[in-house]
Amino acid sequence: MTRLFTPRAWTAIFVAGLPLLVVLPALHLLVPPEHPLHVSSFWITLIGKFMCYAVVALAMDLIWGYTGILSLGQGLFFALGGYAFGMYLMRQIGHDGVYQSDLPDFMVFLDWKAFPWYWAGTGSFVIAVLKVIAVPGLIAFIFGFFAFRSRIKGVYFSIITQALTFAAMLAFFRNDMGFGGNNGFTDFKRVLGFPITAPATRTTLFVISGLYLLSALLVCRVIVTSKLGRVLTAIRDQESRLMFLGYRTLSFKLFVWTLAAVMSGIAGALYVPQVGIINPSEMSPANSIEIAIWAAVGGRGTLFGPIIGAFAVNGAKSWFTVAFPQFWLYFLGLLFVVVTLFLPRGLMGLVELLRKRTPAPPPAPEPTVPAAVAVEVKS
Amino acid sequence: MRAHVLRGHPALQFARATLRLVAACVLWIATASPARAALDPALLVQLGSDDPDVRIATVRKLGASTEARAATVLQAIADDALAIANGRAVIVSGNNIVDAATGDALGAAPSGLEPLVVNNRMRGELDSALAGLRLASPDRATRLAAAKELQGSDNDGLLPLLETALAKESDPGVKAILRLAAASLGLKSSDPEQRLKAAKALAASEDPQVRQILATLLTRQKDGSYPEADERVRNAAQGSLDEINRRLRTIELGVSFFTGLSLGSVLLLAALGLAITYGLMGIINMAHGEFLMIGAYATYVVQGVFRAHFPNAFSWYVIAALPVAFLVTALIGMALERGVLRWLYGRPLETLLTTWGISLLLIQACRTIFGAQNVEVENPAWLSGGIQLAGGLVLPYNRIAILVFALAVLAAVWLVINRTRLGLFVRGVTQNRAMASCTGVPTHRVDMLTFGLGSGVAGLGGVALSQIGNVGPDLGQSYIVDSFMVVVLGGVGQLAGTVIAALGLGSIAKFLEPFSGAVLAKIFVLVMIILFIQKRPQGLFALKGRSAEA
Repeated sequence: MTRLFTPRAWTAIFVAGLPLLVVLPALHLLVPPEHPLHVSSFWITLIGKFMCYAVVALAMDLIWGYTGILSLGQGLFFALGGYAFGMYLMRQIGHDGVYQSDLPDFMVFLDWKAFPWYWAGTGSFVIAVLKVIAVPGLIAFIFGFFAFRSRIKGVYFSIITQALTFAAMLAFFRNDMGFGGNNGFTDFKRVLGFPITAPATRTTLFVISGLYLLSALLVCRVIVTSKLGRVLTAIRDQESRLMFLGYRTLSFKLFVWTLAAVMSGIAGALYVPQVGIINPSEMSPANSIEIAIWAAVGGRGTLFGPIIGAFAVNGAKSWFTVAFPQFWLYFLGLLFVVVTLFLPRGLMGLVELLRKRTPAPPPAPEPTVPAAVAVEVKS
Repeated sequence: MRAHVLRGHPALQFARATLRLVAACVLWIATASPARAALDPALLVQLGSDDPDVRIATVRKLGASTEARAATVLQAIADDALAIANGRAVIVSGNNIVDAATGDALGAAPSGLEPLVVNNRMRGELDSALAGLRLASPDRATRLAAAKELQGSDNDGLLPLLETALAKESDPGVKAILRLAAASLGLKSSDPEQRLKAAKALAASEDPQVRQILATLLTRQKDGSYPEADERVRNAAQGSLDEINRRLRTIELGVSFFTGLSLGSVLLLAALGLAITYGLMGIINMAHGEFLMIGAYATYVVQGVFRAHFPNAFSWYVIAALPVAFLVTALIGMALERGVLRWLYGRPLETLLTTWGISLLLIQACRTIFGAQNVEVENPAWLSGGIQLAGGLVLPYNRIAILVFALAVLAAVWLVINRTRLGLFVRGVTQNRAMASCTGVPTHRVDMLTFGLGSGVAGLGGVALSQIGNVGPDLGQSYIVDSFMVVVLGGVGQLAGTVIAALGLGSIAKFLEPFSGAVLAKIFVLVMIILFIQKRPQGLFALKGRSAEA
């Protein structure tokens, strides 16, 4: 491996990352609220949320943009990570709930006397972090193992992940599951003992999200530039040929699928303390499909694209839902149609197009033979 | 006095007014009959006895009497008009009295004449005695009411009366209740043979109460004895109870099979269009659910048109909605295929995302046009109600209609695909597009028409769904996952697979529901499908050969 990014890409990372990770938090914490340069907690929460989304978009890009597996279950892993960390946050409420009981309010409401077994150890931060990684990872691993082993691919895989997400959503809506049913987890008070709404805590969470996004970007970059990344691209372009060449595509797919789930899970865990709520609607099939459009808008098969896409689409969503709530779905729907029809390579492709001023390559990212040939030659 | 307090009670007053009305009927029958025999005066005098048991025994005897005069006397007691004067029973009417036994006028009432006290127990006896007499009424409703009343009585003296009535009764509804009343009276009889007969007779009953009556007989009381002393009667009761339970179980099984089929037919209607667009053409249409929604809204619009312009034919608006819904959704589908989808052939994942976007557009358009609230689609009269079954179970007409409709649509689709020129082209293009094109099949037009057909069938499904559920912009969203599951499970390109998958999933979900609840049943079915696909990725009915991999 020679170098991770081109100098221009590094410059872009710094130009975008510096204000995000240093300037905004400083303006939030150090500048007094009445000062015009003060960044309110609304913006800190909003951008912190977007950064979590951006990681999910990156994960989506890794499996869809690079490996060609369209997962409609990314929202599930995001929510599972969120729930795993939400359990810890619920324990941190302690006796400050409405009923001042050891148990979370919703359990008191259900007249439960003790924590169910799967709540064991949720009071510990370390175990919570382990769960955030292990639960989405394990579920993805098991599901992926069976699905990939049966050579379920393409649209079949997408539909089945959607069914999985849908089933999970129905399950989490049930009160008996012990995850708060409809309302999910909310009313958090503390994280690691720090008050969760305090500016310093918010800023810390914000910076952690930013650092996490940065490291996710670097990890993805390492993967896609490595030989592993070439194999993944080859799976996307000509899986059968790769198999005939003697590659066990199962393990490659399983690896990247599980990694994407874990990435999304951690993003969910960072998302929950910042927005202060996690409920089953995060698992709705619509949410998971929306994640795909973040990646598609930014540009599949690039790493900056999904980050830009997540920020752009969610920025538009925030703006629309305040300014023209009735037009948001029109906009989102058109986005799906326009991007897939006219911008198959997303905003990144558009930028490239404008810079080169050359006609766009034919809008068919599926069988790009050279990539497969390259692998063939290498192996 | 308790009776006086109770007399003022409005419910009692109402009951008495009814009784009076009925008694007028009975009187009319009594006077109409030529035989005007007198009652035994000695019996009637016992009505004035100090012993309440004697009084009640007398009422029972009167109730069992075949004399027409007995009804008059009983009614007089119920009306507080019977008194004992000078050692004979008399009926007070106004200021005069008549002999209760013969009906002869006895002149003015002596002063200080106190009517007979009727307490609650006596009132109950009177009611059943009168009911027994009312069984002879020519009015079916009166007989039915009387028979129902007798079911609760324990005056086994009425048994012969009931049996006479039973022999004469021709109406099956009244007859069934009479038989039941006779049996439950018989169970209370002091004669073990009577009870045995009754216990056996109850096996034919379809009333859920009977199970309770029989079960009470067979439950040990606190002191360890049974309410029914005779073992033979108990055995017979047990036998009858088993028989009833067996029959009810069969009915319940039949009903749950029906609801399973009904849910399956709904799934089939939702998935049939998808079996064409996805199964045959391979287009992932995530907006399929919205075509269902459009079909339902088309029904709503047609309903509005009928209400405004053809109120006389209103109950047939559903029929008129069928072609409208089909055409509207087929046209939208064809426009979608020509405008968007054909640019995406061969790129299924992009098709998925685009059609999802289109579904969002359609939902929002629907909200803009019709509002975000659910709209009201009325069942026409011929789809309301249902077939009553034993045990309080009902088969709703709209469910039956949907089952039949689903099969009809299925048959039509099968005919179109397998027996028409278009169907031939569709199959040809599916199997080998290039070769079909070479032989002159206009493949693009076939694509458009096929997609239109699939969308139109979804529109028909929407008409059906509007009759059983809420019609709102989100209608389609709740069916999309299910529809895809049905098609995927059934195997792509296979109508038969779709049918079996839809009906099977419906039945399994309904079969699981009593044990686990609807949501868990649904989750379980989804998980089962996911597991099944692992085992057979090509679905239940896989296409054999090369085309399976493509």
